[in-house]
Amino acid sequence: MSEETTVEGGSPPQTPQTGPTQAPAITKPVLIGRKLGMIQQFREDGSVVGTTVIAAEANVVTQVRTKERDGYSAIQLGFGRPKKKRLSKGALGHLKQLPPLEHLREVRLDDVAGFATGQEIGVDRFAAGDKVHVSGVSKGKGFQGPVHLHHFTRGPKSHGSDHLRRQGSVGSGTTPGRVLKGLRMASHQGADRVTVRNLQILKTDPSRALLFIAGAVPGGRNGIVMVRKA
Amino acid sequence: MPMNDLLNTLASEQTKADLPEVRPGDTVRVSVRVVEGNRERVQNFEGTVLRVRNGGLDKQITVRRISSGVGVERTFLMHSPRVEKIELVRHGHARRAALYFLRERVGKAATLREKRR
Repeated sequence: MSEETTVEGGSPPQTPQTGPTQAPAITKPVLIGRKLGMIQQFREDGSVVGTTVIAAEANVVTQVRTKERDGYSAIQLGFGRPKKKRLSKGALGHLKQLPPLEHLREVRLDDVAGFATGQEIGVDRFAAGDKVHVSGVSKGKGFQGPVHLHHFTRGPKSHGSDHLRRQGSVGSGTTPGRVLKGLRMASHQGADRVTVRNLQILKTDPSRALLFIAGAVPGGRNGIVMVRKA
Repeated sequence: MPMNDLLNTLASEQTKADLPEVRPGDTVRVSVRVVEGNRERVQNFEGTVLRVRNGGLDKQITVRRISSGVGVERTFLMHSPRVEKIELVRHGHARRAALYFLRERVGKAATLREKRR
C-alpha cells in the first residue's frame, strides 16, 4: 500500500488548559490501538454481531512535522506504556519529557496547526456508528504452497500421482523458453499490512479506553492496529 | 488485568443475572418482544423445553408447543435483549438431555411426569 492516511485540515486550536494543550479536532481522527480479541455483542434488535475489542489508551503526540522543516506535515503518535528500561536511550531521548511510549506512528495531515507534543488523543474522537478503516499486520502463515495460497486445484490422490498439492504447468516449451514473470507460485503468506475498510464502530468506552468494532480486524490478539475514520 | 479477563468481563456484562435455571423437560413461558409493523408488543410462548445449549452469551433453549394442532419449535437466545422474561411453569421429569422423542408423540403421550425439586 502506498501513501497512507491523507487527512483533511484541522480546526483552530482550542483554549489551552493547564499542562499540555488540547489537541485540535480533525475531521478524520486516527488512533493506534491494541487488538484485545473478539466477543459477541447483542444489537438492539436481538441479532448478535462478532465484535473486535480494541484497547486504545490515550495516544500522545510525540512530534509535529512541518512542511518547512521536514518537507511534509504530519503528527507522530505514540502508544503503549512500556517500562522505561525496555526502551533504548535513543528512543527515550526522542521522547524527552514524555512518558515512555512503545509504538510510534506518523499520521499525515495537511494542517498541523494547534498540535504540540504532549497532547493526548483518545477514544472519544470516535462515536458509535462511525465507519472506520482498520490497518494491522495480518497473521503470518509461513511459506505456503499454491493450493493454500492461490486456491489452485489439487491433483489426484492415488494411481501413482505425484501431483497431490503441486501446481500444474508453468508455461510452454522452447518458445518462450522461460517462465513468465508474475506467475503465481508457492510463497510466503500473511504477515502483511492489511487494511479492512468501512467497519462500523458499535460503541466506545472512554472510561476503559475501548473501541468495539463490528467484524474482524487484521492480526492476532495483542496486535497493534491503526484505526482511522473512513 | 490480563486481556482475556477483560474480554470475559465485557462478554459477561451483557448476560442477564436473573435467568431461572431451566432444564430439558421443564415447561416455560418465554416473553419475547416482537415488532409488528411499527409498534412493539410482548408475545408469550409457552411450551416444553426440548434442549438447553450452554455457551455463555450464546445460551439457548429450544421450546416446543402444539399451536392449533401444529407442533411449533422456537429457539431462544436466553440472554438476548428481545427476550423479556423466562418463567418456569412446571418441572418435568426427563432422563435425557435432548427430548427429541417428544416430536413423535401426540397428546398425553407427549407430556412428562412432574418432578418435585
